[in-house]
Amino acid sequence: MSFAMHVPILAIAAPLLGAFSLPLMAKVHHRLRDLWAIIVGAFTVAMIVTLAVQVFGGGIQVYTLGAEAPDATLGPEGFPIRITLVADAMGAFMALISALLGGAALVYALGFAQDGKGKTLSMSLLLLLWAGMLGLKLTGDLFNFFVFLEITTVAACGLIAYRVWESRPPEAAFKTLVMFILGGLMVLLAVALLYGEYGALNMAYLSNQIGGGLIDRMALGLLVGGLLMKAGAVPMHMWAPDAYGEADANTAIVLVANTQAGLYGLLRMLFTLYGGAATPEVGWLITSLGALTVLVTVLMAVVQHRLGRLVAYGAVSQIGYMLLAAGVALVTVGARPEFGQLALQGSVFHMINDAACIGLLFLCVGAVHRATGTGDLRSLGGLAHTERWTSGFFLLGALALAGIPPLNGFASKLMIYQSVFMLSPILAALAVLASILLLAVFVRAFQGAFLGPRQNVVSKPPSPAMLIGMGVLAAVVIAFGLFPDVMVRHVVAPAAEALWTGRDAYMAAVLGG
Amino acid sequence: MSVVVRTVARLLLAPVAIFGAYVVMHGHLTPGGGFQGGAVIASAIALVVVAFGAQRLRKQKKTLSVLEDVGATAFAVLAFLGIGVTFFYNALAGTGGLFGQTVPIGPNPGALNTGGLLPLMNWAVGLKVLAGLGSMVLLLGLLGGDDDR
Amino acid sequence: MIGNLPFVAAMVLVVLGLWTLMTRRNLIKLVVGIVLIENGVNLLLVSLGYVRGGVAPIYTYAPEGTPVDIPMVMPTPQALTLTSIVIGVATTALLLTLAVLIHRHRGTLDVRKIRELRG
Repeated sequence: MSFAMHVPILAIAAPLLGAFSLPLMAKVHHRLRDLWAIIVGAFTVAMIVTLAVQVFGGGIQVYTLGAEAPDATLGPEGFPIRITLVADAMGAFMALISALLGGAALVYALGFAQDGKGKTLSMSLLLLLWAGMLGLKLTGDLFNFFVFLEITTVAACGLIAYRVWESRPPEAAFKTLVMFILGGLMVLLAVALLYGEYGALNMAYLSNQIGGGLIDRMALGLLVGGLLMKAGAVPMHMWAPDAYGEADANTAIVLVANTQAGLYGLLRMLFTLYGGAATPEVGWLITSLGALTVLVTVLMAVVQHRLGRLVAYGAVSQIGYMLLAAGVALVTVGARPEFGQLALQGSVFHMINDAACIGLLFLCVGAVHRATGTGDLRSLGGLAHTERWTSGFFLLGALALAGIPPLNGFASKLMIYQSVFMLSPILAALAVLASILLLAVFVRAFQGAFLGPRQNVVSKPPSPAMLIGMGVLAAVVIAFGLFPDVMVRHVVAPAAEALWTGRDAYMAAVLGG
Repeated sequence: MSVVVRTVARLLLAPVAIFGAYVVMHGHLTPGGGFQGGAVIASAIALVVVAFGAQRLRKQKKTLSVLEDVGATAFAVLAFLGIGVTFFYNALAGTGGLFGQTVPIGPNPGALNTGGLLPLMNWAVGLKVLAGLGSMVLLLGLLGGDDDR
Repeated sequence: MIGNLPFVAAMVLVVLGLWTLMTRRNLIKLVVGIVLIENGVNLLLVSLGYVRGGVAPIYTYAPEGTPVDIPMVMPTPQALTLTSIVIGVATTALLLTLAVLIHRHRGTLDVRKIRELRG
């Protein structure tokens, strides 16, 4: 028995315990609560990093809950019976994203949220959402996947709606909750169908059994539909701009991570669970939905006049790029040409890049809100005179999002353009066009909010905790932009490989042999 | 509410709560468990809210939320107790001590002192559910109360 | 035929729920629609584990005989259903709370009149 074996569950259990005990700490003193949040957050990040080191260094980590030993996945008759956690390179990569955004959001919330206005509640729900996302990414059990999906649903909608004294957040949360519940129920129906057919819930075992019959395809359709709802792809995207636009800045960036967790679920189901049975048609569906998402949301972003909603549409459009590239990879997964692998790497790399730059933009929007009390571009202006750090970070995030070299968005978008071009030049041209349009939108937003004459408003500068949160993300944006090859070689390529060809290793790690 | 409702509520309150506690305590032996028992106890709270109005319980909101946090934290801590072997490992089962006896085979009325961590987890879940559902009912009563009259 | 009745009933519930979601304009009725779908899925899930002539899967309550020979109903789907019911309770409560909050702010439950967030 060694401590290192327990890392996967500690990463999930620590924020869970932290979330439930935080309100108790707050009853004692609010300083104790802040300290406890920092301890829990730091411990969780440490666990995730340890897990990532283990997985990238030593292969897939398996953990069986409640068994005699962590690696005792099989029952007496060679049949997986318990809930297992399986951390492969992709899962660990997604956990790293959630560590980046969850950690930044927690630090930012310390300085941003106000006592007496739901600070305890928001921090507690934030930890709960973090735990749910980690569970989603590390679980190896299909029903457990559904349970964690619902944990993220409830926590995310609670986070959107906790400012009940305003009229818009409950409305946004209701919309989001309806979509998330419907998505969750579709996933549950798929789980029920698969369980009825194979009598098992273990993903590795199911992956071994699934052959592509009628029930399998029904379940695949339900899974894809449900998880696309969660990921916010057009035409199921209506909730996303509302939720991002109305939520607090620290909430919005965890919601981005949550959306990506939905996307991760989709990739996991398509590549690992249905690896042998997925057909190019599904890939074309995902590709076209991705292209549609990119176009529709960028066009919607043009007409926004509230900063939060504008960034929100930008965030949804990035999901479109990931879907586009993932779809290209799916179309080609049977033939396995080079550019399919490149597409998957681009999709995976874009997830962490999007997390960093969209996260940075949302945190800047939060700082603008705090400084001026409004997010309306028609009344903002001249913020660069007083808010130097915020305007610098906003510009950095906007340029990275639009894919300007040498920032991180360029590195991953180039991979996506190249691979999409190999499949269909028209789609690639559309993607580039959307990216240029996005740059125009953000330049206009920057000009409207930060440039121009100094306005006579009393502005409140961002607190040190908020600056730290923004600084971490900005550092990631710059670092990944300057050294994309290091990142791709050591982290992104193994993660994409785990989806691309790692299915057999996944099954072998759980089922043995 | 009318005097009939209030009298019946007074009569039923204790039996409902005790039945809920029974379901929680025997969760590892009979159908039911923490959630079901907790829901039964919460229905007693709902009875009070319906019969006497949510305002009567307004002050209990804080108590309920503390109980909820305690229940959830206790569950997570109990799960951590098994970490010597694996998370959620039943560390108390079969040790002979508290809840540590083995289950007798064959039809029997049920030995309460079995199950290891399971009864304790049932208690934690029961506490969490009774407080959670109770405060939900209470909050909906408090929220909806003032503009429906 | 009669053995398939739960599956048919589950499908009917899901379709009714979807119908409610698409045709009704009242927030509370939307919640009812969601609960209908939820119950349909739960019914499907719990009926998957049914074994003809099986007894309740409680070890100590099983009738006389060696436990191996008695057909028991599968406990796993029941546990799954219970979990999903619990989740359903939480989400329904959250939905209703949000509906109450929206009613407080706007004074209406009609989705056509609650359209502050558009475009």
